[in-house]
Amino acid sequence: MTAVLEARGLGKRYRRLWALADCTLSIPAGHVVGLVGPNGAGKTTLLNLAAGLLAPTTGTIEVLGGPPPASPVQLARVGFLAQDAPVYAGLPVADHLRLGAHLNPAWDEELARGRIDRLDLDPGQKAGKLSGGQRAQLALTLAVAKRPELLLLDEPVASLDPLARREFLQDLMEAVAEQGLSVVLSSHLVADLERVCDYLIVLVGSRVRVAGPVEELLATHHLLSGPRRDPATLPAGQQVISASHTDRQTTLLVRTSDKVLDPAWMVSEVGLEDLVLAYMSQAAGRSRRNHLEVQK
Amino acid sequence: MVIEFHLDARSGVAPYLQLIHQVRQALRLGLLREGDQLPTVKDVVAGLAINPNTVLKAYRELEYEGLVAARPGIGTFVTGTLAGSSLAAHGPLRRDLQRWLAKARRAGLDDESIEALFISTFRSAAEEDIA
Repeated sequence: MTAVLEARGLGKRYRRLWALADCTLSIPAGHVVGLVGPNGAGKTTLLNLAAGLLAPTTGTIEVLGGPPPASPVQLARVGFLAQDAPVYAGLPVADHLRLGAHLNPAWDEELARGRIDRLDLDPGQKAGKLSGGQRAQLALTLAVAKRPELLLLDEPVASLDPLARREFLQDLMEAVAEQGLSVVLSSHLVADLERVCDYLIVLVGSRVRVAGPVEELLATHHLLSGPRRDPATLPAGQQVISASHTDRQTTLLVRTSDKVLDPAWMVSEVGLEDLVLAYMSQAAGRSRRNHLEVQK
Repeated sequence: MVIEFHLDARSGVAPYLQLIHQVRQALRLGLLREGDQLPTVKDVVAGLAINPNTVLKAYRELEYEGLVAARPGIGTFVTGTLAGSSLAAHGPLRRDLQRWLAKARRAGLDDESIEALFISTFRSAAEEDIA
């Protein structure tokens, strides 16, 4: 399958600070990709690089087969929704659609009007007077009506209440089912993305910590608990993501493609949220501060 | 629409498995019959806000089990059944169970005790069958 986004050694530096470093990714087409990480992890930087709003300091990025923004043709194939759903506050809803029709060669007027009707938005209403949920829905309407192959969404639901959040994701998934588009959306909350994503990228401290299809990530990560033990004595194929110890017990989150056979361990499955949190705390170095050193 | 799906986020069961269970359950209870159309992928994702691939995976699995068949461009239809000829026996059996439940309540069993008794009897009967 072809990649919708391919990055090699991608980095972006602002003065001395690396917002994104050494990012190598290949995202296959046909997925809804969750880009997860704490605030300031580099999610927006990666999305802005993909949208062609920023140029890389190091490495390369290709979107739909070319470095963004390669050409007007490529721009028309990528939809980008920046943080906080930017719309023109002084312009009525109808003018947003007119603008969309003028600026996008593949504009789908019927789809746009249908969505505005269904959302019960008044075409004469100025966008600045809409609620947060309505603004986000208007911005999503513009982004899907341009009929992109790839849709990039930066924290699309962060500012929405739970109902508006659910409605936004329902509409987004409907567009994915109908148009078969690929989506990359970011959030600092895994719970927002758990239902909709089938591919996950965890970004912490400007680096990609783990990336892959959700099903594969869940199948290869296990929670082990058993008598206290030094993680260094584990088989070579088991990579420790997080470890905590009491005087008698050791609990580990490991990544391995093999079955865990050691009968000393009680093996349990991990949920997506626990998996992401383990990578986040690993990156933050919290595991060292909060947990006892292992006695050898 | 014949059936509507729901998801339990806290159950720990993968969403595609939950969809499969709900179709199988509906087939078993006769809520879904041969020829019925399953909700379209678009309808399911628009209702539950889940990834379309999740629904496709569940439907593919059901197709593999021979319970449904996809007609390209139209939808997915029920082709098999799990209730079979036993469906006719459901009514009398249900009445027997209701009588038994009333008897158990009269004997002073609460809901939890009734459930525990049923499950332990069910299990030991299953074990005897194997032996």
